[in-house]
Amino acid sequence: MKFKTFAAFIGPSVFMMLLFIAFPLVSVFQQSFYITQPIYELVDVETCTPGFLTQTCVTETQSMPTLDEHGEIITQTEFVGLQSYRNVLELGRAWEALSAGSWTAFQSIDFWKALRFTLSFTLITLPLVICAGLGIAVMINNATKAVRGPVIFISLLPFIITPVIGALSINWLFRGDGILTAALEWYLQRDIAMFAQAWTIEILMMFYRVWHVAPFAAIVFYAGLQTVNQDSLESAIIDGASRWQRLKYIIIPHLMPLIVFISMIHLMDSYRVFEEIVGFSSQGHVISLQWLTYDFLVPDQAGNRSISRASASAMLTMIGIALLLVPLLRRTWRDHHGGH
Amino acid sequence: MKLKTLLAAGVVAMSSTAAFAGCAIENSVPLKSLSAGFEAWKAVTDAMGECGNFEASLDQEFREKQPEAFAADPSLYHIGGVANATMIPLLNAGSIRPLDDLVAKYGQNLTPNQLIKVDGKVMAVAMMVNAQHMMYRADILEDLGIAQPTTWGEVLAAAEKIKAAGVVEYPLGGTFKTGWNLGEEFVNMYLGEGGTFIGEGNMPTINNAQGVAALETMKAMTAYMDPEYLVSDSTYVQQQFQQGKIAMANLWASRAAAMDDEAESQVVGKVVMAAAPNGSAAPASSLWWDGIVFASNMSDEEADAAFQVAMEGIDSEMVSANNDAAVWLIKGYTPGKLATGAAATAANGALPYPASGPMGIMHTELGNGIADYLNGAKDAATTLADIEAAYMTAAKEAGLVQ
Repeated sequence: MKFKTFAAFIGPSVFMMLLFIAFPLVSVFQQSFYITQPIYELVDVETCTPGFLTQTCVTETQSMPTLDEHGEIITQTEFVGLQSYRNVLELGRAWEALSAGSWTAFQSIDFWKALRFTLSFTLITLPLVICAGLGIAVMINNATKAVRGPVIFISLLPFIITPVIGALSINWLFRGDGILTAALEWYLQRDIAMFAQAWTIEILMMFYRVWHVAPFAAIVFYAGLQTVNQDSLESAIIDGASRWQRLKYIIIPHLMPLIVFISMIHLMDSYRVFEEIVGFSSQGHVISLQWLTYDFLVPDQAGNRSISRASASAMLTMIGIALLLVPLLRRTWRDHHGGH
Repeated sequence: MKLKTLLAAGVVAMSSTAAFAGCAIENSVPLKSLSAGFEAWKAVTDAMGECGNFEASLDQEFREKQPEAFAADPSLYHIGGVANATMIPLLNAGSIRPLDDLVAKYGQNLTPNQLIKVDGKVMAVAMMVNAQHMMYRADILEDLGIAQPTTWGEVLAAAEKIKAAGVVEYPLGGTFKTGWNLGEEFVNMYLGEGGTFIGEGNMPTINNAQGVAALETMKAMTAYMDPEYLVSDSTYVQQQFQQGKIAMANLWASRAAAMDDEAESQVVGKVVMAAAPNGSAAPASSLWWDGIVFASNMSDEEADAAFQVAMEGIDSEMVSANNDAAVWLIKGYTPGKLATGAAATAANGALPYPASGPMGIMHTELGNGIADYLNGAKDAATTLADIEAAYMTAAKEAGLVQ
């Protein structure tokens, strides 16, 4: 293909990528080193608010932002280096807690609390998603042709449901005396509160994530299963290989590139776990890195938001994903080069 | 039978005439409003709509949209609905206008109590107040011979008796959902202990004996509450009440009407509205108001029209049609039995919510930080110290603390 044709094809896509991904990323990166604040002045203000019958008036000194002649708030932007990163990481407190040997104190620092959950969530759901996905794929593959369509449709359903809605419905099934909690209580003859402690919420979240993502893995694996060399399988059967041995020595090695692919997608996705936190409203017990960024970004009632810390936290999340992907990327790199 | 039908038809006819006659003026300027979406705002904006050329946005996320929308020139909305705290960003940005001349011109029906003054200038017109106050199941407390509790000590004692009697699933309900709700519970308790949040130079002042006392009361409450308290918001507590699962709760006045809603509630007529229990210094509650503001960035003609339409929205006709939708501050309101709780709380000297820029940050940090104490991860003093530290980080970033 001529370079000109190639460029015409790829140009719009590159432009969009630059505009909507690269530039915002650069901007976030830059903002994480700067702080923008209004310039406040102290003013004595008398404020009157209604009581039920009469007003109460108080006079107090308040910080009011100064306005320019157009009525806009005057702001100043200042380079602060790594200050926002330090504010997010709170290394001093973390080190103090660790050297005192107190895991509880360490886990009460937002970033490390979020990192602990995010990592365990990612690493525990990863093998579960792959196993469940493979299981479903094998099941579909072994189903007779007549029912294969409906089976594929049903197993894809969880993946189609909007994540927040899915998380909310699990929440309602288990919350308070939700149907499933009531059923469990009846079966175990004891009172159960799924949302009263962190570990039960974490289990529900992981269960939800696996339920939600496994169909995607399954459909990819199912596609892979169609290309397994039937001759090798037949000869394995003739050699007396059991079903398990065939899976282990022929099918899984064949699917390995797909398993790596699914793992990468899953690591990237679940390291950004967010819908579960919102859907289960678990902030009191469990938070994730992505939720932390969101929390910095949401303005409070008085309109303050922490853009700089949000930027820093977003950059840290990206670095975390990159680190997690390194082993898998190295593997693909090696395979790629070994093949040539 | 025939007479009844006739009467019914007559009532319908009359009410529809009333609707047509709902607005005294004919509005010709296109106007828009943005406010929260609860019942009272619906009633008020419907009444404004009767004047014509008016479009209302009722949006629970209004507070995230309002600052930007009002800062635009011309402003995207003419009329805004705010509460104590949500007025702060608009006030800070100078995007709402002083109303003194408009009040003088068209505000004959307003009471002085309704005029929200900042630095001597009227900046908003309040229409209703809201506060968390005690609601309890009169039948249960009467059966057990418990008098109406007036302090948190008495509430906890009553809860102990109710728990021992085992008549409801959980004696107490609480809006303890992590975030804004939990922060608000602490604000109430801490005001009840006589504490202040922000001191000189916007420094935090919560790490003290009053703060510890407030936290300890909250922790004592959790022993009598649904163990899933950290996820229960006002709606959840309201439903627990309606389903007869709890016996007492310090709940919002705006939720009172739901207790007697026969379509939803199984405890119609059994819930009594009482004053918020006292802490050691004051009622453990904070007074909120909801009111109307007007954008700076619109022409004076538009402001004139907007103000007149708004006055039609909060007139006595609207109130008499929606008497129980809120605790109105408007002339013509007759406080019913649902309003007694809020009225008694205010009469006992409950303080207004101390809304300000720094307080917004403080509220957020409280809402995020208190769960650690209730979960048992930290003791009270450490929790308060950590919240102060988090406040300092955020306040420095916002430029409020040097």
